[in-house]
Amino acid sequence: MEKTINIKVRVWRQAGPKAKGAFETYELNNVSIDSSFLEMLDVLNEQLIHERKEPIVFDHDCREGICGMCSLYINGHPHGPDSSVTTCQLHMRKFKDGETITVEPWRSHAFPVIKDLMVDRRAYDKIMQAGGYVSVNTGGVPDANAIPISKLKADEAMDAASCIGCGACAAACKNGSAMLFVAAKVSQLALLPQGQVEGAARAKAMLSKMDELGFGNCTNTGACAAECPKNISLSHIARLNREYICAKFKD
Amino acid sequence: MAKKKEDVVDTAKAVTNKVVKAVKEKVAQVTNDDVTKEAVEAVKDATEKVAKAVKQAVETMTEDYVTAKIPEGPLADKWNNYKAHQKLVNPANKRRLDVIVVGTGLAGASAAASLGELGFNVLNFCIQDSPRRAHSIAAQGGINAAKNYQNDGDSVYRLFYDTIKGGDYRAREANVYRLAEVSNSIIDQCVAQGVPFAREYGGLLDNRSFGGAQVSRTFYAKGQTGQQLLLGAYSALSRQIHKGTVKMYTRYEMLDVVVVDGRARGIITRNLVTGKIERFFAHAVVVGTGGYGNTFFLSTNAMASNGSAAVQMYKKGAYFANPCFAQIHPTCIPVHGEFQSKLTLMSESLRNDGRIWVPKKKEDAEAIRAGKKKPTEIPDEDRDFYLERRYPAFGNLVPRDVASRAAKERCDAGFGVNNTGLAVYLDFKYAIERLGRDVVEARYGNLFQMYDKIVDENPYETPMMIFPAIHYTMGGIWVDYELQTSVKGLFCIGEANFSDHGANRLGASALMQGLADGYFVLPYTIQNYLADQIQVPRMSTELKEFVEAEKAINDKIDKLMSIQGTRSVDSIHRELGLVMWDFVGMARTAEGLRTALKRILEVKKIFWTEVFIPGSRNDLNVELEKALRLADFLEIGELMARDGLNREESCGGHFREEYQTPEGEALRQDDKFSYVSCWKYQGEGQEPKLLKEKLEYEFVARQTRNYKA
Ligand SMILES: Cc1cc2nc3c(=O)[nH]c(=O)nc-3n(C[C@H](O)[C@H](O)[C@H](O)COP(=O)(O)OP(=O)(O)OC[C@H]3O[C@@H](n4cnc5c(N)ncnc54)[C@H](O)[C@@H]3O)c2cc1C
Ligand code: SF4
Ligand code: FES
Repeated sequence: MEKTINIKVRVWRQAGPKAKGAFETYELNNVSIDSSFLEMLDVLNEQLIHERKEPIVFDHDCREGICGMCSLYINGHPHGPDSSVTTCQLHMRKFKDGETITVEPWRSHAFPVIKDLMVDRRAYDKIMQAGGYVSVNTGGVPDANAIPISKLKADEAMDAASCIGCGACAAACKNGSAMLFVAAKVSQLALLPQGQVEGAARAKAMLSKMDELGFGNCTNTGACAAECPKNISLSHIARLNREYICAKFKD
Repeated sequence: MAKKKEDVVDTAKAVTNKVVKAVKEKVAQVTNDDVTKEAVEAVKDATEKVAKAVKQAVETMTEDYVTAKIPEGPLADKWNNYKAHQKLVNPANKRRLDVIVVGTGLAGASAAASLGELGFNVLNFCIQDSPRRAHSIAAQGGINAAKNYQNDGDSVYRLFYDTIKGGDYRAREANVYRLAEVSNSIIDQCVAQGVPFAREYGGLLDNRSFGGAQVSRTFYAKGQTGQQLLLGAYSALSRQIHKGTVKMYTRYEMLDVVVVDGRARGIITRNLVTGKIERFFAHAVVVGTGGYGNTFFLSTNAMASNGSAAVQMYKKGAYFANPCFAQIHPTCIPVHGEFQSKLTLMSESLRNDGRIWVPKKKEDAEAIRAGKKKPTEIPDEDRDFYLERRYPAFGNLVPRDVASRAAKERCDAGFGVNNTGLAVYLDFKYAIERLGRDVVEARYGNLFQMYDKIVDENPYETPMMIFPAIHYTMGGIWVDYELQTSVKGLFCIGEANFSDHGANRLGASALMQGLADGYFVLPYTIQNYLADQIQVPRMSTELKEFVEAEKAINDKIDKLMSIQGTRSVDSIHRELGLVMWDFVGMARTAEGLRTALKRILEVKKIFWTEVFIPGSRNDLNVELEKALRLADFLEIGELMARDGLNREESCGGHFREEYQTPEGEALRQDDKFSYVSCWKYQGEGQEPKLLKEKLEYEFVARQTRNYKA
């Protein structure tokens, strides 16, 4: 037989960017512990629609932990209490019968609330637009095997590139810094010969964009890496700092 | 009517054939000196060309046939010939030409970035909050290319041939060859962008064999290939946004395409945050909005994946091609409850080392379903490795459609596992014995962890359970060789179009097609269209065509909001999904498809009379978004069933129970169905009209797919 639990969900409701928000508490019974957290919210929304109320708005898409669309602060943790997973991969078996679960949007200066639990994360795209790329046009590039790259470096670049751009790092940081996100991209490209050419300029451009957008400074508290669902390592921040110093040196 | 037109074609064909034959006979009688021989050859050549042209002309004139504008020449030269002779846009004019690109998946992002680089003024739209989150991000396994880095006998021709064969001879030769041809450039491009593909210790790129291919031609980035390729395209796109050549509109949904004097000239959108309806003009519109697998409610697609743009184009005159060709992926995590919102794919690469089985004895299967026995308690001799049994040559690596049907066959026969009876085992016990746990962990660790998180079982200790699920749609909007739809100036790329995969797609070929379309094909072919469009000044969006299109949308939204029934959108969508799965799924029959058509109409009626959408239309309203998409899924469901009913044969992902060999294998009917079904919209409540694009195989001989020996 399917195992179920009864829970209370305390959810942040906010009608719009400028509206004042507040918590509302909903009771939800017979939640299958095999359902995912978002499926639990689906069921709750179905219940709300049944009561002719507006469902809770939250971001999600792939529900496989890869698109970075889902967010949510659950019981005080970005992406919930389980480690190395996104909210969409969190399952109800991690919660207890009778528990009250508190659900909030990302709380970060640079991510304003749009509605309920949905926030505006376009600031991350803007940081990318400032320099998170290799400046090559389509066509006219060398053969893919023209430059050998050590497996070690390639694997490390891949680890950095696993960042899903979810925003948990900035949401977890008491300074609201996007350092881990920026570092992941700078580091990925700095590890590869294709990206090294523009390495210093990239670090500088992305960091100054980050400051300009109102993200805070990094004071190495490590909260970001602790909450990152993709285990992006703090070592990438160290590499970013090296790139940045190098850029300063060139100035 | 239709019958008459076919007669005309047949007569024209017969006449031309007679001429060709007469010429041939004369030629045979001519004396044999060199000069006459040459002249004779020339005559022969010319007559054959005339014959072909007559045939094509007649077919186009009769309107029931559609032609694809395939360039002349040998297969390997067609694309080069095309590029050598196509029209180009003068560099100074490019920034005065506006191009709308809808979608930021692999197809849309690569197209928008490349068009921006060329200097066009690009407007790019997507549903998600960032272009980087398009559904392409979820692709795991890899991307094919004919690099032959492994020196195992691969070539452009072999990739072409495998794709044609894999598609069960229902794809267009010229397109597929071009796809194979540009595949290598894709890998070069991605590496230049900094995509961290897997490498070998020597520093060169690693490859794996995927989805039953006999060569190792798949490039991959851990189990996150789609993510890395999309981030590559996204970075190129970001660079263009920074430069100002591309203007990005996120959380915008296209709701209609605007056609002025027979040409696509813009789109109508809804701003998903404010609910505002807006109009946009462009000289050409490119749509790369992905596949329509979510018609089934449960699929491996992302939640926002939809078929709406396709339906909008269809209703504005673009043909919907082969809607019934959908792919069911054999290795997904089985359905486990009513609350289920989507299905999770387990990468196909698992079949390289996992062995698929069900119990040999029914009583064992029953005991497992009742929870009285564990799979690990069944000894080897009581396990039925049914793929290895039925297909000794390919075993667990048979193509997806074959593997899916075989699983269904065993479950239908009462040998399925899980409490539902709708699952089979994928067992790594043997791989662990053979290779050691470390090697298995290195290869599949992240997938095992994902499975464990979802199912709460450890695949190192107990076999995984898998079951087929809807995954990909080969059908889609019909496009010609230039990726242009039957509406001028309207282009369709990526999974949204029908091209290249025929009746079944090979693993790792969708990523290849999306990027081929966006980086290397469309940026050329669209110029052939745009070259003379510079004479068309930018149009006002106050034109009546824009105003009317917007009004139709407003009316539709008002109607939906005013129903105020009692049913949630999802509850109705689930109902549609069940009908689709039961009658338009893995095994179809004429009777079942007729039932589906009837049932879909019933669900449609429920939707349009009982749906309840809370909230306001002038606000962020997720239920309204879902309702608008469901309205279109209902249309697609109908088209899929209708197309499946028309296609009285089994091929690729389309299996009609009436057409199978005594061993239960798919039976094609090449003499009757060697064509692309192109459905043309005839108006609300009217049956669409079937047009055909004949598939001629000039360069490969058709065979029956055989994975047994
Ligand atoms: C789980 C999974 C794994 C896969 N693995 C592989 C693999 O290993 N190899 C492989 O080759 N293929 C794989 N595929 C298939 C492949 O990922 C897809 O076919 C491909 O990525 C589709 O790309 P696309 O650009 O056509 O569309 P998508 O990536 O689906 O993008 C669609 C875009 O259109 C936008 N959009 C949609 N509708 C609208 C609208 N009305 N208005 C505005 N914007 C709209 C969306 O926002 C999005 O940006 C996999 C698919 C799945 C589901
Ligand atoms: S670094 Fe981690 S937490 Fe930050 S955006 Fe990337 S994946 Fe999310
Ligand atoms: S919904 Fe995509 S990562 Fe959670």
